[in-house]
Amino acid sequence: MFAYRRSIAAVALTLFAVSACKKKPEPAPAPAPAPVAPAPVAPRINQDSIEAARRAADAAAAKAAADADARRRAAEMESVRNTIAAKVYFDYDKDEIRDDQKATLDAKVGIMNANSAVRLRIAGHTDDRGSDEYNLALGQRRAASVQRYLVSRGLTASRFETVSFGKERPAAQGENEDAWSKNRRGEFEIIAGGDNLRMPR
Amino acid sequence: MTKRLAVLLCSVVCLLPSAVLRSQDTATVKGVRIGLTYAPGTRPGVLITPVGGPNADSVRVMLARDLDFGDRITVIQSDGGEPPTGTLNYPVYASLGAAAVVQASVTPAGSLHVVVHDVGGARVMDVADYPLPAPALGAEWRLAVHRGSDGVERVVTGAKGIAATRAVFEHEGMLWIVDSDGSQAHAVSGTEGGLSPAWHPSGRYIAYDELANTGHQTIVVRDFTGGPSRRFATRHTLNMSPAFSPDGNTLAFASGDDGTDIFTVAPFGSSSTTRLTAGPGATSNASPSFNPDGRQMAFTSSRLGHAEVYIMDADGTNQDLLTTTSFGDQLYRSDPDWSPDGRRVAFQSQISGVFQIMAINLRDRSVQAFTSEGRNTEPSWAPDSRHLLFSSTRSGTSQLWVLDTESGRTRQLTRAGKARLGAWSPRLDTGR
Repeated sequence: MFAYRRSIAAVALTLFAVSACKKKPEPAPAPAPAPVAPAPVAPRINQDSIEAARRAADAAAAKAAADADARRRAAEMESVRNTIAAKVYFDYDKDEIRDDQKATLDAKVGIMNANSAVRLRIAGHTDDRGSDEYNLALGQRRAASVQRYLVSRGLTASRFETVSFGKERPAAQGENEDAWSKNRRGEFEIIAGGDNLRMPR
Repeated sequence: MTKRLAVLLCSVVCLLPSAVLRSQDTATVKGVRIGLTYAPGTRPGVLITPVGGPNADSVRVMLARDLDFGDRITVIQSDGGEPPTGTLNYPVYASLGAAAVVQASVTPAGSLHVVVHDVGGARVMDVADYPLPAPALGAEWRLAVHRGSDGVERVVTGAKGIAATRAVFEHEGMLWIVDSDGSQAHAVSGTEGGLSPAWHPSGRYIAYDELANTGHQTIVVRDFTGGPSRRFATRHTLNMSPAFSPDGNTLAFASGDDGTDIFTVAPFGSSSTTRLTAGPGATSNASPSFNPDGRQMAFTSSRLGHAEVYIMDADGTNQDLLTTTSFGDQLYRSDPDWSPDGRRVAFQSQISGVFQIMAINLRDRSVQAFTSEGRNTEPSWAPDSRHLLFSSTRSGTSQLWVLDTESGRTRQLTRAGKARLGAWSPRLDTGR
């Protein structure tokens, strides 16, 4: 029994000692950390730097956002311009709009509606097989045929100017159907309202 | 005549007449070349003696070439030597096959003096002088020599030649002019974008279609004497294919924004236009060409769905399809040009997808095809209603060629780059 008590006492003593040993190196509570206390002169510079950095970061972020927006706008403008400029093609000695070309024209309609200041020059072209003079007339009919189609889709005729280059400005060289088919075309050029083009919403 | 030539002629004429007759088509004897180009017997032989005075060789070459190009005369050439003096030995010339002898000289006063001898009649047929404007060998000097050639042709054949003419054409984005013999080719300044040139009957003006970089096309009348060019604005963006009436007081052209119609305007008066055609619908009516009395014109129209040649009265009435003949499955005829004698309308017609030059006779509507080699387009009659100027790819690139519709003989007029849309001038009797 005595031995048992001694054991308990020893364990308690040991535990105490251990705990005493643990506590001993514990330092006094540290003084308040330096940043918390407002510093009189030098820390002011640091603060300016930080704010400058923050402003710079903000500016960079804004610039990045603006750049991204500009890129998006540029891509959008590019897309709009490409849609506007997309050519349409014709059959030999014909001025009728082919069924497979209507989607190309329909895509322009939305853009013209979203950009009410835009005016287009439609230029009719021909391949080089026909008469030089008659081709000038045929090219004009092609341009007018395109204009009629766009007007039939709700656009105002006064937003278009039609001209013909006949066979004078070939897009492709060659005496074969591949070149001829590329040359029998209508081309589109923005002649007014081309700034700040918008995508249709 | 040179001693060498005289000896040769003597030996040929006196000793070997049968040999001469046998060798006429092919012989080239030193000193004398005797050549019948073709169709012997139908073209009087003309011998041009050596020419006296400054630039004599040039004059002689030009006269011989002009008479040859006229296709009504067989030129009998003799080389070099001195100009003949005194009375000509007509029997000697007769033995060479010459029906006429041309004796020319450049006078100290600067004129071309031309004497035409009738060999059979042993007499002088005609004497004429053509003032030669300075500088020698310049454009106007050469035109005066060409007038001398035309005078000879008229005296010998009764038909006036076409040497004193020029052609205007498109080359590398401008209009150019070339003499009838292919010389003196030069650009007409200020004609950038020029297409479809046409001559005024005076030869003083041309009208043409100016194609701007925007695609807008404007009819322009250009004055070769230095007067201001006149531009004819219309409410349409397309204005093309001008043609003057034979009296020079009307200018017809095609204009439109969709289909095109033919309009007339006074080239030197009011700018108000008169419309002659009205569609139908979006029809292309273009390329007018007046008949010689100015009361009718031929033109191209797409009213049947493809290009054909029509005629109408000059006020737009009585429009009638001209090219009704079956041409096979290629439905494309265009670019009419009414001959100055009124008898034929030349046009281009697609045969197996390639254009060829044809003419329709207005009396019986018979059609004659003139070409088959290469692509042949844009016919333009010479003032003699016998020769045609046209564009052809037969040499590889598009060039201007001249066709004699009587014999089928052709010659190449231009050689540099590409040439097209040629228009043959009227006779330039008074220069420009």
